Amino acid sequence: MRTAFIEKLLELAARDERIMFVTGDLGFGVIEDFAERFPDQFLNAGVAEQNMTGVSAGLALSGKVVFTYSIANFPTLRCLEQVRNDVCYHGASVKIVAVGGGLGYGSLGYTHHAVEDLAIMRTLPDMTVVAPGDPLEVAAATEALAALPGPAYLRLGKTGEPICHGEGFAFKLGKAIEVRRGGDVAIVSTGGVLKNVLDASEELSARGIEARVLSMHTVEPLDVEALRAAAEEIGTIVTVEEHSVSGGLGGSVAETLFDLGTPVALKRLGIPRGSVRDVGSQEFLRARVGLDGPSVAAVVGEFVRSPQVGMGRRQEPPGPRVRC
Amino acid sequence: MGEVARELEAAPAEPEELTALARRLRASVLRMLHLGRASHAGSNLSMVDILAVLYGAVMRIDPTRPDHPDRDRLIVSKGHAAAGLYAVLAERGFIPREWLWTFYQDGSPLAGHVTKHGVAGVELSTGALGHGLSVGTGMAIAAARGGSDHRVFVLLSDGECDEGSIWEAAMLAAHHGLDNLVVVVDYNKIQSLDLVERTLALEPFAAKWEAFGWAVEEVEGHDVPALLECLGSVPLTTAKPTCVIAHTIKGKGVSFMEGEVLWHYRPPSEDELERALAELDETT
Repeated sequence: MRTAFIEKLLELAARDERIMFVTGDLGFGVIEDFAERFPDQFLNAGVAEQNMTGVSAGLALSGKVVFTYSIANFPTLRCLEQVRNDVCYHGASVKIVAVGGGLGYGSLGYTHHAVEDLAIMRTLPDMTVVAPGDPLEVAAATEALAALPGPAYLRLGKTGEPICHGEGFAFKLGKAIEVRRGGDVAIVSTGGVLKNVLDASEELSARGIEARVLSMHTVEPLDVEALRAAAEEIGTIVTVEEHSVSGGLGGSVAETLFDLGTPVALKRLGIPRGSVRDVGSQEFLRARVGLDGPSVAAVVGEFVRSPQVGMGRRQEPPGPRVRC
Repeated sequence: MGEVARELEAAPAEPEELTALARRLRASVLRMLHLGRASHAGSNLSMVDILAVLYGAVMRIDPTRPDHPDRDRLIVSKGHAAAGLYAVLAERGFIPREWLWTFYQDGSPLAGHVTKHGVAGVELSTGALGHGLSVGTGMAIAAARGGSDHRVFVLLSDGECDEGSIWEAAMLAAHHGLDNLVVVVDYNKIQSLDLVERTLALEPFAAKWEAFGWAVEEVEGHDVPALLECLGSVPLTTAKPTCVIAHTIKGKGVSFMEGEVLWHYRPPSEDELERALAELDETT
């Protein structure tokens, strides 16, 4: 994902000199090309995220379109007040990019797990929050955010994520992408866990449960229409996110569905509250917290078949399937 | 209607005019705080001479074009001293003078901390301390890289220098040799609860800025001719950001407010306002 991001940013910077890339001294192997080709559009702020964010607000208030870059929680939580006051309060065009969203830096430990970021960032005024599901979404989101006035948060995975979309891929901020058709349950996913959700949906299909999979890359503003359609047409929704089960995608979907008033059975899958203290790779930790494909399939299958929920109200023929 | 290109110039002013301006700012601030039942008299009174010199003589600004791209910028990072900034903006014609008497009251355009929205001439909303120098550094980098020769002034409080972000910005500004960036510290020696030196000592303060790579000058912060000479000749050194440490007195100009922590908080009563204005010879 970070490769897709930097390649797109290089392309954007070449044609728009307002684009600036400001790093908090991270991005070894990622930033060098940009720094060399566009020295006037590059700044290493050092290991000082509060200042990096304030400086970026000052650049944006001077007409620049600024991408700040760091890993995990450093560009968001470390400097949250600068994000809130200097960036959001002023509607400054600062796009905060975090690499290693969720458990991407698994073995590095909880300090490097970005698992509360979506909840916190989505409450900030005018903040657009995007967690792309695959590298194609990353490139498209980067381009869309560069053209968007005002602040944004772009939560990336790390590297090596598979492409989850086939032909006809189209991306629009705030509009969920239907990655798989199905009428028994809608699985709403955000971020790189999309791959596991697609794995789970294949497993469910083998058991006779057809899942509609939505990549809800934009967590704020949420695609209310896609949720309304899922609620009305299917009535059973499961959210999946590599994030605390509290306050992120699931929280936002729950709030939205409650406000819509459509009767719906909703289950939220995420990381249980409390720090993940196990040591291991991203996939290892995903399995530990129940976000691997088989775990998601098991929970969704049980939920869909539970007496309280029942199977989806309307059957849709299964559509073309894309495997990661 | 076509925009007429206009050169920005500072308004040349004599020290006597600036002193009179500062006196009017003191009177306005005290009335504003009295009417709004608002705090921070001491913090405002310590910095108004600096504002008078910057807005009255040093900064290249145009009240008819507050968004002129080549204007000098001032960020008042000590956002609690909003009344003084609004008062000088009214004096220079950026905002209507009548607004001042609504300060801090229900429905007023003027919030208790420096607020940019809807207030022409304000560059940055502040209030949480330690933010202004980073944003000013970003503005100075944009100016330097864009070939614009405007300056960015940032007014800091002394207590604010407890914030680590100030020193993050100080390092970056010096690293990039931003001689278009000027910090003025309103060094009134008193912070929220007590004397600075009894709270978190800043001394040796000038040496700290020097060690961070800044050109530093210390000045008596109520001596208008001295301020004029100092701020009128920045940058002090090429390829270095400038730090002017202005030694001030909290509550300066009103005898019973000077040097008292109480006046960080207490709004002046009617009687106190009258006594203060009498001391300032601004009773009308």
